[in-house]
Amino acid sequence: MSQENLAAYAAEHGLKRMGARPSFFNYLAETWQRRDFAVALSTFSNEAANARNRLGKWWNILLPTIQAATYGLIFGVILGSSRPHNFLPFLFTGVFLFSFMSGSFYSGASSITSNSGLVRSLSFPRALLPISTVITQFVNLLPQIGILLVTLLIIQQQITWGWLALIPILFLMTMFSAGLAMIAARLTAQVRDLSKLLPFVTRIFFYISGIFFSVDKVLANHPDIYAFVKWNPVYDFIEIARGALVEGYTMETDIWIACVVWAVVTFVFGSIFFWKAEEEYGRD
Amino acid sequence: MAEIKKVASKKPALKKTAERKPVVIVDGVHVIYKVYASGKRVTRGQGKNGIFSKTSNLREVHAVKGVSFTVYEGESIGIIGSNGSGKSTLLRAISGLTPIDGGSIYAIARPTLLGVGGALLPNISGERNILLGGMAMGESRKEMQGAVDEIAKFAGLEEFIDLPMRTYSSGMAARLKFAIAAHRDHDILIVDEALSVGDKQFQNRSEARMRQLRENAGTVFLVSHAMESILETCNRVIWLEKGLIRMDGEPKKVVAAYSKYMEEISE
Repeated sequence: MSQENLAAYAAEHGLKRMGARPSFFNYLAETWQRRDFAVALSTFSNEAANARNRLGKWWNILLPTIQAATYGLIFGVILGSSRPHNFLPFLFTGVFLFSFMSGSFYSGASSITSNSGLVRSLSFPRALLPISTVITQFVNLLPQIGILLVTLLIIQQQITWGWLALIPILFLMTMFSAGLAMIAARLTAQVRDLSKLLPFVTRIFFYISGIFFSVDKVLANHPDIYAFVKWNPVYDFIEIARGALVEGYTMETDIWIACVVWAVVTFVFGSIFFWKAEEEYGRD
Repeated sequence: MAEIKKVASKKPALKKTAERKPVVIVDGVHVIYKVYASGKRVTRGQGKNGIFSKTSNLREVHAVKGVSFTVYEGESIGIIGSNGSGKSTLLRAISGLTPIDGGSIYAIARPTLLGVGGALLPNISGERNILLGGMAMGESRKEMQGAVDEIAKFAGLEEFIDLPMRTYSSGMAARLKFAIAAHRDHDILIVDEALSVGDKQFQNRSEARMRQLRENAGTVFLVSHAMESILETCNRVIWLEKGLIRMDGEPKKVVAAYSKYMEEISE
């Protein structure tokens, strides 16, 4: 039997080619069908990770508070009078949202390698692993959002309609983060060396995205550089969230457009990029 | 393809099975592992030295070297062979967990592989591993929650089901994994050495379950070094040696030839 005859014989009896990855839309459907698995994996792993600490899941609230307080203290003193307007809400928004995006990128990168027992034993759409880490990051973000809103209430003494914009912003950010996690997962699964560079990538974005300083103020005299830096997605998401929450900042239309474009493009590209190597993730 | 023809012409009995429904077709499959090696090799091989040649210690291991066979409905296949003969690699390739480097594999449904070696998620309790394993195979959380007790009982682990899986012995982990995979019917189930680690009582229970799966029109592949288990559950045996098929056919004949071969080389 030749190759073609064999394929025809196989098709005649309803046999499908194995090892060949499913079509992109079937893959998405299969992944969506098993979304319960991603949620359960996220919850169970998170609980297991906290189980050995005495304070358990309280760390999810304690850690960002300590982090924000540290940054507030250090940058508040260092920056002195050049602090951005309404500094604490400005800083907290930046730190918390940045930790969501960098956390997704970081844990997405190790999602395949750290679940090798599962990957080796069972076959399922591997995209569930990076997605599950983004769910974990999102769940951990919620108490931080709580702290942020309480801080806002104490300092600004009012609740505005702008707060509602946080819902679509978080939705877009989650899409963006899921895309990032899938890209990072494939890259590190195939080229282990890249995991060494990840901390530098997140550091660089921490410093250029205006977490503790105002990018447009610093670049006020360089409009051409600002026009370029403005398209940094991390900056866009944090800037739009500040516009929604922090007094004295506004949501600009072009930043909104940038956020939507970044979210859709990163998510679509990330899922295709990840799916393209689906059959490779079993390799050790 | 020459391989299949040869087998078919040698065994006229198999030719009659042409009208039978094929379930798995394995055609000229090659699997090559690329592994970063370190230290000295016992045998000399290729590989250049030098700091800048990236592939200086990248070794290729040709684990499966062109294997072809067709499995028909109602067959239950035992795979035997000495350690490192490519049994596990071949089955991982059939299940789609290891990419192949040549040839093609067709199957009626995506096979479920039950591998040995380690826990699914070591830091999570046995009970939650059951839930996650079932959900990864596409079952709903509700279905799995209903099945937890039954699976724990089958594995004989009711007492320890709330402990993290890292605390389990290798036998306990293998039993749990078998119980998770075998609790529902599969079109194709691949069991890799899972049974030989269990005790006698568990072996009997799992052999019975595999015969039951076969009766429910499922195909079972079993890799084992325990010839008793093979003879007990399989009606066809494939003997792999150094990545090639050495023999394929009647269980008793193949097992006898394999045992004789093992005795000869151990002398």
